[in-house]
Amino acid sequence: MSSLPSQARVVVIGAGIVGNSMAYHLAMQGWKEIVLIDKGRMPNPGGSTGHASNFIFLTDHSKEMTAFTLDSVRQYKELGVFTQSGGIEVARTSQRMEELQRRMASSKAWGIDAQLVSPAEVKELVPFINEQVILGGFSTPGIGTVDSLRGGTLMREKAEAMGALTVVPQTEVTGITVENGRVRGVRTDKGEIAADVVVISCGIWSPRIARMAGASIPLSPAVHQMISVGPVPLFAGTVGEIKYPIVRDMDTNGYERQHGGDMEVGSYDHRPILWDPDDIPSIEQSKLSPTELPFTKEDFDESLEHALELMPDILGDPNVGIRHAINGLLSLTPDGFPLLGETPEVKGLWSVAAIWIKEAPGIARCMAEWMTSGIPEIDPSGSDVARFYDHQKTKAHVQGRSAEGFNKTYGIVHPREQWESNRRLRLSPFYEREKALGAFFFETAGWERPHWYESNRKLLAEYGERVMPRRYEWDSRWWSPIINAEHLAMRDRVAMVDLSAFAVFDITGTCALDTMQNLCVVQMNVPVGRVIYTSLLNSAAGIKADLTVMRLGPNHFRVVTGGADGPRDKKWFLDHLPEDGAVQLTDLTSSWATIGVWGPRARDLVTSITDADVSNEGFPFGTCRFIDIGPVRALASRISYVGELGWEIYVPFEQGVRLWDAIWQAGQPHGIVPAGIGVYGTTGRIEKCYRAYGMELEQEFNLVETGLARPQVKPQDFIGKEAYLKQRAEAPAAM
Amino acid sequence: MNILVCIKRVPATAGHIALTPDAQDIDTKYLGFTISPHEECAVEEAVRLIEKHGGSSTVLTLGPEVAIDQLRDAMALGIDRAVLLQTDGREWDPVATADGIVESVQADRAAGLDYDLIMFGNESADSAGYQIGVRVAEVLDLPCVTGIKALEVDGAAARVRRQTESGWERAELSLPAVFTVKEGLNLPRYPSLPGRLKAKKKDIERRKPEWRDGGLEKVRLKLPVQASHNVEMLGKDGDVGVELVELFQRLQLLERR
Repeated sequence: MSSLPSQARVVVIGAGIVGNSMAYHLAMQGWKEIVLIDKGRMPNPGGSTGHASNFIFLTDHSKEMTAFTLDSVRQYKELGVFTQSGGIEVARTSQRMEELQRRMASSKAWGIDAQLVSPAEVKELVPFINEQVILGGFSTPGIGTVDSLRGGTLMREKAEAMGALTVVPQTEVTGITVENGRVRGVRTDKGEIAADVVVISCGIWSPRIARMAGASIPLSPAVHQMISVGPVPLFAGTVGEIKYPIVRDMDTNGYERQHGGDMEVGSYDHRPILWDPDDIPSIEQSKLSPTELPFTKEDFDESLEHALELMPDILGDPNVGIRHAINGLLSLTPDGFPLLGETPEVKGLWSVAAIWIKEAPGIARCMAEWMTSGIPEIDPSGSDVARFYDHQKTKAHVQGRSAEGFNKTYGIVHPREQWESNRRLRLSPFYEREKALGAFFFETAGWERPHWYESNRKLLAEYGERVMPRRYEWDSRWWSPIINAEHLAMRDRVAMVDLSAFAVFDITGTCALDTMQNLCVVQMNVPVGRVIYTSLLNSAAGIKADLTVMRLGPNHFRVVTGGADGPRDKKWFLDHLPEDGAVQLTDLTSSWATIGVWGPRARDLVTSITDADVSNEGFPFGTCRFIDIGPVRALASRISYVGELGWEIYVPFEQGVRLWDAIWQAGQPHGIVPAGIGVYGTTGRIEKCYRAYGMELEQEFNLVETGLARPQVKPQDFIGKEAYLKQRAEAPAAM
Repeated sequence: MNILVCIKRVPATAGHIALTPDAQDIDTKYLGFTISPHEECAVEEAVRLIEKHGGSSTVLTLGPEVAIDQLRDAMALGIDRAVLLQTDGREWDPVATADGIVESVQADRAAGLDYDLIMFGNESADSAGYQIGVRVAEVLDLPCVTGIKALEVDGAAARVRRQTESGWERAELSLPAVFTVKEGLNLPRYPSLPGRLKAKKKDIERRKPEWRDGGLEKVRLKLPVQASHNVEMLGKDGDVGVELVELFQRLQLLERR
């Protein structure tokens, strides 16, 4: 153990599985002078790693999370700390059996060997299970357990052996020095250490540490209850820690996992028990460790009954006792994904938090690549810590969503399922009008967005079978045939769509064009009044974003991107503005409300409410300009995500209702319908083959593979150009 | 035979003990609750004796409503019945506590339940007054042996042993009797799942003894100087075993054979 160096290339705070993995992978990427500090002692400083149940199920519906997990297993195997045991998710209900089929689909998609098995087959694998209470299982032979403390120690020691790492335990961080928005060092009770890069891998304490720098890491510590029961006679003489497959009792939110002579029973079934990071006891104040809090047994009683029912032979044995029981702390986030990447608040300050054992080494490798070259192999966009708007970083939001998400840990979560907590936060000016029309609201980044309108139910009779009713319950969940009816009405007549959730920011300044050219694939030096759809690439020409840009002046570009992508895209722009301040970014998201008007009657409608020339010649596709609609001066942009014909009409937020009413009234003779995001974000765009970021577009894919390569490449330089040119010359890996 | 075990709900303290700002209590913000290791042995002994000799076991505590947690813990291990002498949260001093317990024992006797054995922990884990068992025996006019580490029951007679600095003291006495028990009397079992679930469903008899002034008043708590710990890494691999043995020998932790 060493004393604290006075400076470092990078300081990694927190020596759990994440911090140790980070130290190792940074060293592997060639970093030197890495300093790893922790308040606790090695090898178990007292965080969540120390009490983790350490088993790894492979399949997640998220491609990103599965990729992290598979890479982690590969690394754990290389370190020799992985024990393969197999694992089974068992179903007690027919709904769960259906979900297990979907798990199979994800497994196949991500290349994981798995089978659906009958109760009898489960019994063969797990002889002590009560197969009477289950309908079947989803069995994955590659599942296993790891010794995460040992794995972390080995990685730490490897980095030390490479001469790249200094480990300083029992050192408490007291502050983080930030100058001009850049991290400069870490203050500790053992002195100060200068560093331009700091990694926060402090698990449940991460929000506290980030706050020292004025940054947010929005997670909440939450209790996960776990007991250890033994000695189990059947497990006597087990060599190693596990012989039988791990069982997840999905419908009761519990698991049973052999650990040597004991059986560990864990639960995500109890009420959400959230902690404030500031309230967690210190090492000295803790009976066991700061993350192993006193067991509250009344919360676990139901889980006991479920466990007893599933494994009566083992757990019903009166000589098998509860030898250990804890309320273990783990990290929950508002959307269930980790918090990765440079914080948008402080340059050089990286968050690597809200990570489970199963994905830690994989994430660490990704992060080290990201920090080194900017081009991680696995796309971490879904976990980017920059994905949150300010309201999503508030304690109320983090706790509300974390509490709601906790019981979904083993839940059957529909991809379109909506959150219930902290709704009605961002309301467009059209909200009351939409509500009056029976809008069914979905949420995007806090915005309430109509997904369809009950007022359009009458269209169902008009279109009959053409709305393609969905007969299978799962398909029709969080869906309405009205969406398709709205789609058809838009194609037949005209529809108006609330697009106020768009993130809007202006790029202005004398060098604005240079900045835009550097960031965007498409030629930005276009006449004022042009609208451009473009991709943004990273240096490996992976797709970083796609968005539209309006050139409003020689030095004035307005960027419009998806509500969910806004904060991440904004950070990308901010990161690439010139340091001298010659270009500014102004966030106008809350200033402009937007209505899309599309359909064959769109021009007739708009003509009737403005004196402006909106003919095809007077207002061609791909152009934008201000037009007067009654007393409202609006920015109309002839572009579409659902196909021609029509405009996005931007209006100062407070004048939104006037615009809505004008369009609504003028639209009546044309049979206008309000259309929801069900059309805009799904049927309309898919019919026109428009890609969506996070769906068809991600960093792993390039423009050639996604069919977005244009015939010409602009002569100016832009980020990713070299790699893009290479991609164009090669055969695509996928189409 | 019928056995009564008396226990006390106490905080499960960590290495570092903190007091509430008024210095009247231990700060239990981060702590769970338990009973003393001595009392755990008393509970275990009662369960074993009833398993062997038949009869009924009762666990009793004087404390606030939340103390039913500890009663249920004891029932999860096999105790048949539980009595809560419910207080309003005020602390009862040893004289008052013993009085309250005696009243409850007499009430049980009036209802036809006579105890052959009444067991206590040698001392409570928090205030460590060493008094309740002796006081209860005195008031009930029963023989009492404190600090026992071995117990055999044979009909109406009991043989007990306790450890002193100079060796073992043995005693034989006839029941009914009161014993205070020391950790080491047995190795207490862990609760089984069925035990825990059964205990959850069992009734707890609540009695509300009137608060009485025993004459002893708590002024405030004061923490002794808490020892700081120093950790020294002897090494990382198997070679450290030799050093470890030497260290244990130096600290006289190993018996030489």
